[in-house]
Amino acid sequence: MAEEVILLDFWPSMFGMRARIALREKGVEFDMREEDLSNKSPLLLKMNPVHKKIPVLIHGGKPVCESLIIVQYIDETWGHESPLLPSDPYERARARFWADYVDKKIYLALRTLRPSTGEAQEAAKKEYIESLKVMEGELGDKAYFGGERFGYVDVSLIPFYSWFYGLEVLANFSIKEECPKLVAWAERCMQRESVAKSLPDQYKLYEYLLERTKKLQAQ
Amino acid sequence: MGKLKIIFSPMSLFCTRVEWALKLKGLEYELIVEDLRKGKSELLLKSNPVHKKIPVLLDDGVAIAESKVILEYIDEKWKGGDYYSLLPQDPYERAQARFWAQFADDKCVFGAGEACRADDGLEKEKAVETTIESFAYLEKQIEGKKFFGGEKIGYLDLVAGWIPFVLGVLEEAGGMKIYDAERFPSLHEWAQNFSEIPLIKECVPPRDMLLHNMTARLSNLRSLAANKP
Repeated sequence: MAEEVILLDFWPSMFGMRARIALREKGVEFDMREEDLSNKSPLLLKMNPVHKKIPVLIHGGKPVCESLIIVQYIDETWGHESPLLPSDPYERARARFWADYVDKKIYLALRTLRPSTGEAQEAAKKEYIESLKVMEGELGDKAYFGGERFGYVDVSLIPFYSWFYGLEVLANFSIKEECPKLVAWAERCMQRESVAKSLPDQYKLYEYLLERTKKLQAQ
Repeated sequence: MGKLKIIFSPMSLFCTRVEWALKLKGLEYELIVEDLRKGKSELLLKSNPVHKKIPVLLDDGVAIAESKVILEYIDEKWKGGDYYSLLPQDPYERAQARFWAQFADDKCVFGAGEACRADDGLEKEKAVETTIESFAYLEKQIEGKKFFGGEKIGYLDLVAGWIPFVLGVLEEAGGMKIYDAERFPSLHEWAQNFSEIPLIKECVPPRDMLLHNMTARLSNLRSLAANKP
């Protein structure tokens, strides 16, 4: 008795990608609906009246908002044989802490980097790389953040990889040079079907970023 | 015994929410008070090297940071049997509790803090207006319920628990008004019920201490801002 699963999404969104990956990891069939963020659908406004943002997971007509909350919901609802979060309470806390770090530090650094130019861009690049290096430190020599198995922290961070190429071209730096282990981890994750299917082509993303940057700088 | 400790300040309701959770679970713990005026202790820097912030829960020496992460840890490690449940069992209800907890911290705490800090005039007015809108959402959530957790307090009550004790202090220190019983009648009733619970109120310092601390911090912030080139 499967209830309908809809994902309100926007293809370049890293947060949307997290939800896509989690659903695919669990083998859940879903209807991915692309939103035009300049003209938000009545459904989006109804399902996320507080933030009016994507992604929104609608399961049996009931909405779940905020990407990490969506990923936890997916983990708790489906595929208990292949959990994204570990079973040990301490390891779970650690996973939640690091996913929160991705949102608090890495995403924030990215938001500062994107529209910046000149000296501000140099400073923003440094911040962004520093935050990625902290994650790289946490990864260490493990295959995935949780150890042997792909999990919650991997899901929270891997979408950022799709933006690497575009950022490197626009801000003139090499993330691979600065964080080789992290890029190796990302390439390992891309071997998974759920990830490969959920991340957009990096060149397409570069074009999108280029267009957005031009618009932002024109304002 | 003696293996649970919180690196703690009584002035921080992010810390108090952790203490509340441990009390609800009936767990013994020790408070390691961090004097926020003296700079960060070796123990804090070692236990939370990433953010260097309190609260940090030390469980047999192992450190867990970020208050909402700590609350979920406490709920998951001591569960079942007679243990008090903080989060609901149903995945959808859990998602709702997490969503509103994040909202309460990101919008209500942050908003009230901004409104307190902002200079008088348009900046302050706008900050107050935005925060009132956020509180209106919280009001709708508690409408028709005794507590956010239902008949008994739960995770979201602990996260919103700063409101009955600290919001008034922020308003007085910051010279602004966000809250009144008429505008938020359900929140007002919840605040009265919540703050009356013995184990809740016994963990909160007296109001004048909170006010004194808040006023000092605000004046410190303002003088730092004034001295910026």
